[in-house]
Amino acid sequence: MEHYNMNLTLKVWKQKNTNEKGRFETYHVKDISSEMSFLEMFDVLNEQLIAEGKEPVAFDHDCREGICGMCSMVINGRAHGKWEQTTTCQLHMRAFKDGETIVVEPWRASAFPVIKDLVVDRQSFDRIIQAGGYVSVNTGNAVDANAIPIEKHMADEAFASAACIGCGACVAACPNASAMLFLSAKVSHLAMLPQGSPERKERVMNMVNQMDKEGFGSCTNIGACEAECPKGISIENIARLNREYLGAMFDGGSKNAI
Amino acid sequence: MSWKNAFNSSVGKKIQMSLTGLFLILFLLVHCYVNAMIFYNDGGEKFTEAAHFMGTNIVIRITEIGLFAFLILHIVQGLRLWMQNRKRRNTRYAVSAGNATSKWYSRSMGILGTLILLFLILHIQAFWAPNRFSQTTGNGELDLYGMMRDAFQNIVVVVIYIFGCISLAWHLVHGFFSAFQTLGLAMNKYKGIIKSVGVAFSIIIPLIFALMPLAFYLHWIQ
Ligand code: HEM
Ligand code: SF4
Ligand code: FES
Repeated sequence: MEHYNMNLTLKVWKQKNTNEKGRFETYHVKDISSEMSFLEMFDVLNEQLIAEGKEPVAFDHDCREGICGMCSMVINGRAHGKWEQTTTCQLHMRAFKDGETIVVEPWRASAFPVIKDLVVDRQSFDRIIQAGGYVSVNTGNAVDANAIPIEKHMADEAFASAACIGCGACVAACPNASAMLFLSAKVSHLAMLPQGSPERKERVMNMVNQMDKEGFGSCTNIGACEAECPKGISIENIARLNREYLGAMFDGGSKNAI
Repeated sequence: MSWKNAFNSSVGKKIQMSLTGLFLILFLLVHCYVNAMIFYNDGGEKFTEAAHFMGTNIVIRITEIGLFAFLILHIVQGLRLWMQNRKRRNTRYAVSAGNATSKWYSRSMGILGTLILLFLILHIQAFWAPNRFSQTTGNGELDLYGMMRDAFQNIVVVVIYIFGCISLAWHLVHGFFSAFQTLGLAMNKYKGIIKSVGVAFSIIIPLIFALMPLAFYLHWIQ
């Protein structure tokens, strides 16, 4: 890949705090290498702003290797930018041309209020997990990991669902701001494993109820989530979640559900 | 978990949309089959016979009540979903992903449904309502074939009907697949076949419906 430098105009969402109204601020950055990641480009911008005595742009990031899910940015209308199955930290500047104007916005959903600039509060996801995204394990000696036999293809499918990093791009991309892809990945992951079966019925009910309580929208099978998910989580998981829900709805086993 | 919860939860609402939607799809099939009898071009003889059966058979009449109940449930929950989902994002994006990540008709189910609803109001008051009124007031069944032939001489009416069929077609391109997805039946193994059958259904049925007013207007059938 040929290396090149570029000058860019950035229109970045600036918002002081949750209550204040936000607005776009325009910045210019020069000599950005095509080999930088998108976040490195933001580092350059922030260094520049600090040198100028201005306030840097607040944005979330942690691992910078595509596994933590923190780097929430909507870039030119696309969650994590236009590259498929890529997080913002893995998006490279070679995806852009010299002279381009890039619009950067936070995840926008009522259930993800903006904390500052591009940083949003995703604790609603944590509360969905707390409502049922776990398995209960008795204390005592650690059980051998291979004590319970699991069919290979089930293990593989559960693993594919478990690949969800909880980034929230699905919510950001969904016209309804629904969290169904995230929820369905978590429910599927545990529903396909024997360890998840004791709490299976309550899990799906409680997690769906928590999702509704948090103010996410309802799924209408639009499919934008799947198109933007950095981990390639399929909407097949949503079909499975719906089956789990139907099963729990018609079964007495869901009594423990709130 | 209460039934009230299942009625109002996001997934519960989806399941109602799906089951009522599938029932409406079945209705379309029957409605299309009966009305297609006009294409015999026999002065409406076969059609009138079928319409008489549909209008007087007790089983059909009871099913008709169910149909209206389901249609109303579909409309009420559909409009609720649409209104509620719009409020889940207070600040809109300055740049929208548009067609890059989803299909326009998938994003427009509420609008397409509303267009169908407006069409249905006109359609029901033109044929179904006067006929049932006449039946229940002891004046017998109306000449539906003659009513169609007369109504479809007006180009405005024909255009409204064709527009209604187009709205229905796009509603179904998304809706058919969506209904199976909602019931959890659209696993990858079946996805292709459900999508293909869905698209075929969404083209064929509305096309046959659209040909009916057109056929009268162009005097293909007398
Ligand atoms: C004969 C007429 C109709 C048929 C055959 C039909 C069929 C369907 C089907 C199969 C679905 C998919 C259900 C799902 O996603 O699980 C659907 C969704 C929907 N329908 Fe209809 N529908 C009709 C009329 C209407 C009307 C009159 C409205 C009224 C406003 C409406 C509003 C909606 C909405 C908003 C959705 C999307 C909801 C969702 O995907 O969750 N539909 N329809
Ligand atoms: S399903 Fe995909 S987009 Fe949604 S939170 Fe998980 S990894 Fe992110
Ligand atoms: S910073 Fe961890 S996934 Fe991007």
